[in-house]
Amino acid sequence: MNLAELQRNFRSWLVAPDDAIAGVFGAHAAQGLLVYQNNYRAQLIGCLEVSYPQVRRWLGDDAFREAAISHIVGHPPHAWTLDHYGSDFADTLLSLYPRNPDLRELAWIEWSLSEAFVAADTRALSRDVLAGVDWDRACLRLTPSLRLLPATTNADQIWFALDNDMTVPQGAMLDAPGGFAVWRKGFHSQLDRVDATTFDALCSLRDDATFASLCDRLVDRLGEDEGVRRAGMLLAQWMDAGIVADIDDGSDETSMD
Amino acid sequence: MHTPPPTFSGFGLGLRKEHYRDFLDTDVPVDFVEVISENFMVDGGQPRDILRRVREKHPVALHGVSMSIGSSDGLDLHYLARLRSLVDDVQPLFVSDHLSWSRVAGFNSHDLLPVPYTDEALDLVCRNIDMAQDALGRAMLFENPSSYVAFDDASMSEWAFLAEMSRRTGCGLLLDVNNVYVSACNHGFDPHAFLRGIPADRVRQVHLAGHSVGPGILIDTHDQPVCDDVWSLYGTAMSLLGPVATMIERDDDMPPLAELMAEVDMARDIATVSARREVA
Repeated sequence: MNLAELQRNFRSWLVAPDDAIAGVFGAHAAQGLLVYQNNYRAQLIGCLEVSYPQVRRWLGDDAFREAAISHIVGHPPHAWTLDHYGSDFADTLLSLYPRNPDLRELAWIEWSLSEAFVAADTRALSRDVLAGVDWDRACLRLTPSLRLLPATTNADQIWFALDNDMTVPQGAMLDAPGGFAVWRKGFHSQLDRVDATTFDALCSLRDDATFASLCDRLVDRLGEDEGVRRAGMLLAQWMDAGIVADIDDGSDETSMD
Repeated sequence: MHTPPPTFSGFGLGLRKEHYRDFLDTDVPVDFVEVISENFMVDGGQPRDILRRVREKHPVALHGVSMSIGSSDGLDLHYLARLRSLVDDVQPLFVSDHLSWSRVAGFNSHDLLPVPYTDEALDLVCRNIDMAQDALGRAMLFENPSSYVAFDDASMSEWAFLAEMSRRTGCGLLLDVNNVYVSACNHGFDPHAFLRGIPADRVRQVHLAGHSVGPGILIDTHDQPVCDDVWSLYGTAMSLLGPVATMIERDDDMPPLAELMAEVDMARDIATVSARREVA
């Protein structure tokens, strides 16, 4: 057995153990192999527990463990960093609980908050930078920590209640669709549920960063006066919140870079 | 061949999040700290900020768990690039990882799996170390891991493997005394033969940690104080090695900082006694 074969056999043992695979390492290896297998599973379960503390509280320890084991069986880790393991745990939860979109959205919130926590840094953007911007050419650069998801449930309220040891509301569908936004301001991850117009505006900026296009989109939805007014209001809100990280109209004066 | 890793004879501690506040707000009397590299190989946010602030107060050693130096698939270039970026930012005292593997055919176990001590593995590990050291622009340290399985086709001892690996690549060694003890108990070799068999002049750092006792097997868990047998073995190691950077490595069931500092002081005392014994 050369080294590559040994390592593939070891992988097979960890992912789907059986006696035939264990046998290739010799009878004396049985006890040690069990230690490695226990380490492998315990490490991944622990990783999911750390990444999804509020999902765990909401589901309960036993149901969470079952979901974690199901995920581990179906999703062996691939990335070099353990931090990425569990990125698709929301999909596993959806498959196990297809009638609970609130659970999937709660998982998305937890994962996104963790991602935002270690996303690339940006500097605070002062409103002073607005003076002299050529708005016809201006592009809004969103913080790299921003994560967006269409919201269909009150998962944000559930997360907030769990995180603050408050009475947890029943999961419920929203009367009107909107969106969840997660990002980081300073060192603190933020979560907000926004209305459909704001969510659409944020999503559109990821495809076309120009302020002019943002205005056009809002004018289409809200009419000329309200659309332009809303664009200005949202820009101010997003700058204060740290969602807009930079405004660049191509001149040296405006860009913070 | 890269410049050998520096010599440094202080006493330190693994920096973990439970003690961030202590290290940021007070003057913790350590000569260096060690961090898990992967915890800080992120784009930004508070972890990198904390590391920068701690680095202003203490030398920092970067200790990795994911290089997978024994992988038959070679090394992950993306991982190496991320680590190089961290190294450039931190300017660490040492950069280390383990003589183990975790990755094969797109799968990553996130565990320190055992390398068979064969000529084939030695050639491959040395190629991978050369690649890693070139990518990082410096010599690394590699640690002996605890192991729970020994392979029938091994053609040399673990210490002979480490000695030859270090000779060929110029890498330094990180001697984990607890791992020597755990592996010696699990596989029935003499831990003193291990200590005598590694090249003392290549050892740049020593780890001390605790382990758990399972049914017929010891497991490296880093959730206990250093046990008496490991302290004794450390004394022997220090009389063989001379002054070398030593640190306490604790990852679970984290006690208050004062308890870990008592272990750091214990290491300092044992090293001092061993040095006197060596002179005498």
